[in-house]
Amino acid sequence: MGEVEVRALDAVDLDVARGEFLAIMGPSGSGKTTLMNVIGALDRPTSGSYLLDGVDVATLDADQRAEIRNARIGFVFQNFNLLSRTSAVENVELPLLYGDMPIAAEERRRRARAALARVGLEGREHHVPSQLSGGQQQRVAIARALIADPPLLLADEPTGNLDSRTSEEVMAIVEGLNDEGRTIVLITHEPDIALHARRVVTMRDGRIVSDELVRDRVRAPRPAAVAAGAGVPSTGSAR
Amino acid sequence: MKLALVRTGNIVKVGLQSILRNTLRSALTMLGIIIGVACVIAMVAVAGGASQSIQASISSLGTNFIQIFPGAVTQSGARIFTGQSTLTAEDAEAIKTECPSVAYVSASVRSAGQIAAGELNWSTSIFGADVDWPFIRAWNVAEGSFFTEAEVKGAAKVAVLGTTVADNLFPGGGAVGALIRIKNVPFRVSGVLEKKGGSMMGQDQDDQVIAPYTTVMKRLVGTQRINMIQVTAVSPDRVAEAKTEIEALLRQRQRIGPGQDSNFMMRTQEEIAATAAENTRTLSILLGSVAAISLLVGGIGIMNIMLVSVTERTREIGVRMAIGAKARHVLAQFLVEAVVLAVVGGAIGVGLGIGSSLLISSLAGWPVRLGPGPIALAFGFAALVGVFFGYYPARRAARLDPIEALRYE
Repeated sequence: MGEVEVRALDAVDLDVARGEFLAIMGPSGSGKTTLMNVIGALDRPTSGSYLLDGVDVATLDADQRAEIRNARIGFVFQNFNLLSRTSAVENVELPLLYGDMPIAAEERRRRARAALARVGLEGREHHVPSQLSGGQQQRVAIARALIADPPLLLADEPTGNLDSRTSEEVMAIVEGLNDEGRTIVLITHEPDIALHARRVVTMRDGRIVSDELVRDRVRAPRPAAVAAGAGVPSTGSAR
Repeated sequence: MKLALVRTGNIVKVGLQSILRNTLRSALTMLGIIIGVACVIAMVAVAGGASQSIQASISSLGTNFIQIFPGAVTQSGARIFTGQSTLTAEDAEAIKTECPSVAYVSASVRSAGQIAAGELNWSTSIFGADVDWPFIRAWNVAEGSFFTEAEVKGAAKVAVLGTTVADNLFPGGGAVGALIRIKNVPFRVSGVLEKKGGSMMGQDQDDQVIAPYTTVMKRLVGTQRINMIQVTAVSPDRVAEAKTEIEALLRQRQRIGPGQDSNFMMRTQEEIAATAAENTRTLSILLGSVAAISLLVGGIGIMNIMLVSVTERTREIGVRMAIGAKARHVLAQFLVEAVVLAVVGGAIGVGLGIGSSLLISSLAGWPVRLGPGPIALAFGFAALVGVFFGYYPARRAARLDPIEALRYE
């Protein structure tokens, strides 16, 4: 029994410009999760390079990648991944605990409240995840992804556990963030969710099989909460 | 400086949060440490109290005190105690006259029996002594007088009562000059001793009657032999000299040839103190190590819970890593958690240990000694247990791969 080499990603060449809204699609096993892990600086490519803002993440060690994840990337997961028995505001504060520059508790609390307000959850700061609906939990997760003000938001099947109406709400928030100039990379296998993006990349067997701009882009009804917000210079580039 | 403070504060906060989120489990985890620390403190306090009271009563006898016991004869190569005492009153007399380093000598005979005064009676121990006894024990009469040399010579039926005996037989006072019956033999009370309190073994030293040894031998026991000779050297630095003189004299008197074992033993105050100290030290170590083992078990309890906690919170660790926690953050979080559990448990244990020591002291009447040393030691050991047993689970958590951890169900 020899080890069989599995190429999760093979000859993937992808450029994502600052402020883009990219959706990555593909069936399971197509390598999109691996691509997501690489883009999210969770994983390193065995060969090749991944430049984020000109820095080759593939050459960074675990701590340096942790710093990148903390400061430059906001994660949104399919199953929300909030800490249970932990209030919404404490969940949102979490990334600030690991920042390069420590931030005092009052300041953290203030920012977390502001982030929750942006996703329309004011008044629910002290609810724990089990007291929140799926859509609300995902909004808490988005607030958490935003708190350190990262230029890149990485969403892995963010609507996978949500009903269609709640999915639209969540996608509206994501779109609003993109309108502010934040780069969004969205992983999904639902075509109607992918259509919120401006560009859709489809993968199969570790390769990119199509890369096209979305012409008839759907626009979700935008909740007031995310309508406002200053643009943030942002960039993301994967090669 | 401020940044470092905030940073440390944040790490501690994360650790505290997870403890508070699992109140019951945290409490149960701490229980092992609480009991361990409380045990150590209570055990050391009891052992320390015993040692202290023993040392106190030994040193109250004075450092120039020597006791000579009969016995320890070698027969057929075995060291045995013979039933028959080898010491006589004449030996005591000889020590007094012939040993220049000896100040006071008192032949001693022990007995016990019923003492009656009018309607009342009291069972106590009867100690036969010589006139030097008050000087040897540094113990004087509070009322009346001690018996005289003439009374010892004449085996007079006089007795000096300890305060406990006096209080029980003469509740209204007036013991001196009264008539009592010891084992049905009438005695006159010549004096009452000063109150002394408990001895090193916890016996009430005031619960005894002192009578001339001659009287006890002839009228109460009917023996020619004495149980012990109590001696004091003229000064503490002449104890060894006195011992040598006594040994030479007694060997000669008992006709013990060179190379043969003596048929008597001598104990100086220092030796008694050393033996007692050794005994109580052994007791302390024994109790302390039993307690330390329970602390160790408490530590293993912490490790067990922390390992379970790491496994259970693999997902949480993954999330924390994904949003930027470095390995050292995760390590610190779990380490802080373990140490806080141990330290808080230790603090509660200290309180409980002090409380139970005081309870033991008031309920059982045992002397206890609570020093800051053992408390600090138990507490420090608890914290150390936390670090030691918390490190492995924490390292395990810190080494998790974020991708694997996020996928963990």
